[in-house]
Amino acid sequence: MKIKHMVYGVLFVVLVWICLPENIPVHFKVQKSKIDFTINPLGINTSLFGVPIKKEFKTKLGLDLKGGSHLVFETDTSKVKPADLQDSLLSARDIIEKRVNFFGVSEPVVQTIKSGNTYRITVDLPGIEDVSQAIELIGTTAQLRFMEEGQVDPKIATTTPIINRLTKYTGLGGKDIKKASVTFDSQNGQPQVALQFTPEGAKLFGDVTGRNVGKPVGIFLDYFPLSAPTVQQKITEGNAVITGNFTVEQAKSLSISINSGALPLPIRLVEQRNIGPSLGALEVKKSLIAGVLGLSMVLLFMMIYYGKLGVIASMALIIYGLITFAIFRAIPVVLTLPGVAGFILSIGMAVDSNILIFERIKEEMRKGKNFSVAVRLGFGRAIDAIKDANITTLTVAFILFNPMNWEFLPQFGMVRGFALTLAIGVGTSLFTGVVITRRLIGAFYKEKIRNK
Amino acid sequence: MIKFLKFTWLYVLISTVVIGSGLYSIVRYGFTYSIDFVGGSDVEYQLDKKTDLKKIVEIIKNNKIETSQIKLEKNNLFFKTKPLDEKQEAKLRSALETNLKIKIKSLRFETVGPVIGRETMQKTLIASFLATLGILIYMSFAFKGLNFALAAILAMIHDFLVVIGTYSIFSHFFGAEIDTMFVTAVLTTMSFSVHDTIIIFDKIREYLKNEGRGDITHYANRALTETMVRSLNNSMTIMFMLLSLTLLGGISIRFFVATLLVGTITGTYSSPFIATPILVWLEGSKKNS
Repeated sequence: MKIKHMVYGVLFVVLVWICLPENIPVHFKVQKSKIDFTINPLGINTSLFGVPIKKEFKTKLGLDLKGGSHLVFETDTSKVKPADLQDSLLSARDIIEKRVNFFGVSEPVVQTIKSGNTYRITVDLPGIEDVSQAIELIGTTAQLRFMEEGQVDPKIATTTPIINRLTKYTGLGGKDIKKASVTFDSQNGQPQVALQFTPEGAKLFGDVTGRNVGKPVGIFLDYFPLSAPTVQQKITEGNAVITGNFTVEQAKSLSISINSGALPLPIRLVEQRNIGPSLGALEVKKSLIAGVLGLSMVLLFMMIYYGKLGVIASMALIIYGLITFAIFRAIPVVLTLPGVAGFILSIGMAVDSNILIFERIKEEMRKGKNFSVAVRLGFGRAIDAIKDANITTLTVAFILFNPMNWEFLPQFGMVRGFALTLAIGVGTSLFTGVVITRRLIGAFYKEKIRNK
Repeated sequence: MIKFLKFTWLYVLISTVVIGSGLYSIVRYGFTYSIDFVGGSDVEYQLDKKTDLKKIVEIIKNNKIETSQIKLEKNNLFFKTKPLDEKQEAKLRSALETNLKIKIKSLRFETVGPVIGRETMQKTLIASFLATLGILIYMSFAFKGLNFALAAILAMIHDFLVVIGTYSIFSHFFGAEIDTMFVTAVLTTMSFSVHDTIIIFDKIREYLKNEGRGDITHYANRALTETMVRSLNNSMTIMFMLLSLTLLGGISIRFFVATLLVGTITGTYSSPFIATPILVWLEGSKKNS
């Protein structure tokens, strides 16, 4: 029995730990020793049987709460062969992802969404303020450039890496390329991208290689260095290869983007939502205070109306809140305003489960049964109603969440965020409403007998 | 036992008045749609000092930008326009800053193309329809009969009408807009409504099981009497939560929470006073035929 209590205790502590607020500094003095630390939720960074496990339990806020930009681009697929469609979409997505990463945004999300016959690419940039620069960067045509060494002080030249010394644009670029294709190195079988120049390109390339014998010439895409081979001799045939540690997929996507001279698909911005970070923060704070106040009123009401049972229900409800929040952090669920609404609704339904059970218990007691029998019967009777009501809600949440990502159902974040938190909340309340409330009643009731 | 069903005429009257005035408002005033559904731009700026709205309007006009709505609350400026791109927005912002000698902090700038808006609407409607179908199937199965499910869904439609009607009134008098948040609130109301109805129907199902087929009106009255306290207590707790959010929560969720509040009230009301009479009526007509 004692071990069981200890297990519950440990579980509860872990639960509270996971749900602790983030980065709250604590300073106080106990007699003469100063205590100074920061409260943070549980983070696991260890390895089990050689497998590294890293998990941080932190709240992920959506763009509407944290601030940031949500961009939707529509792609023009009219010029792409149906067979190449998926490939070019994916490569467009990868290129956008690369460009966004270049911009230094933390945790950007880039996704493709199909809707009818149109394909869209959505880009979420959390915490970004100057969105026009980002939009420009995403929308620019990808440029292939051949760069050569600029005028550099010879002293610096030896200390800076080759890539940084290649500052001068040779004038040779994507426009001079007739075709790019994936080939394999005849010696080591590595995939590489072969370039075939147009006649003018071939001439230019001859000039560039001619004046750079023994020096490196860099090949850059969107200012990203792809490779910087050293020129062995002047090349006049109009062919070149880009080597690097490519996988076949990477080589393929690179050749696609070089061939189109830009993103593999033309894109057009059709939607943008920029939320300043201060707006979100204020809203969250206000709503949080309101939520806590509302919840305390609910608990107070339950305690006044149902007395001891209400106290138990309040405890069950707090545990319910902690478990749900811990699940949000564990998955992690990105919390948006509709997501919070789903959570509130599920709290309401969890309270309802408790009220239902209590009313049933009271009913049984009115029929003259003693408390323990009434509890048992009350639970049994209430469970049917709770089950049916919650399964119906889960059905609705399931359809709204659209887990199969069907294109005729909502694929956008708002409704889905709502459905996800609602489903998790209702699922958890099925568990706490039945299992935990019952355990708590059991525990308190037994003590009551012992005390007598 | 209170004979709740004796007053069915009163419930019908109340619902007719509420839904009627809502529908009247929809026909008369319609809705204000947010850019989520019709496309356009929403801009929100924070200005660093008091500024005359007239001057702002003038400058916006000079930039050849058409605003359909403009509001200055304290030092926060809101306006809606036809779709702008980020360059036009930046240009306008700097024009305002230089002409009025103020500093602007852009709090929000959203642009939605008209096509996406239409699609959002369609997809949400399809999802709601499928969800309704899911409820119908599950309830027919759980309650072994179509009547329970039909009654629950009719009550749900009742709540849907109440909510959209009320929102049209909000829309007209307080400037609420139909946006994705509203859609979420409607969906929430619909699931809450069915949830609440099931609790009462569960009681009726229990009597039918334990005491055999008897007078459905009697069963219904008994069920209502026994669940009334729970219905009131339950919606009271949700209302505490929502009232506190409406009064104290952030501005951007105010209409959303208010809609949820209306949804909770009508959802609680419709279960005993709409769904149950419909069920009694359906079951009764089944017996007669």
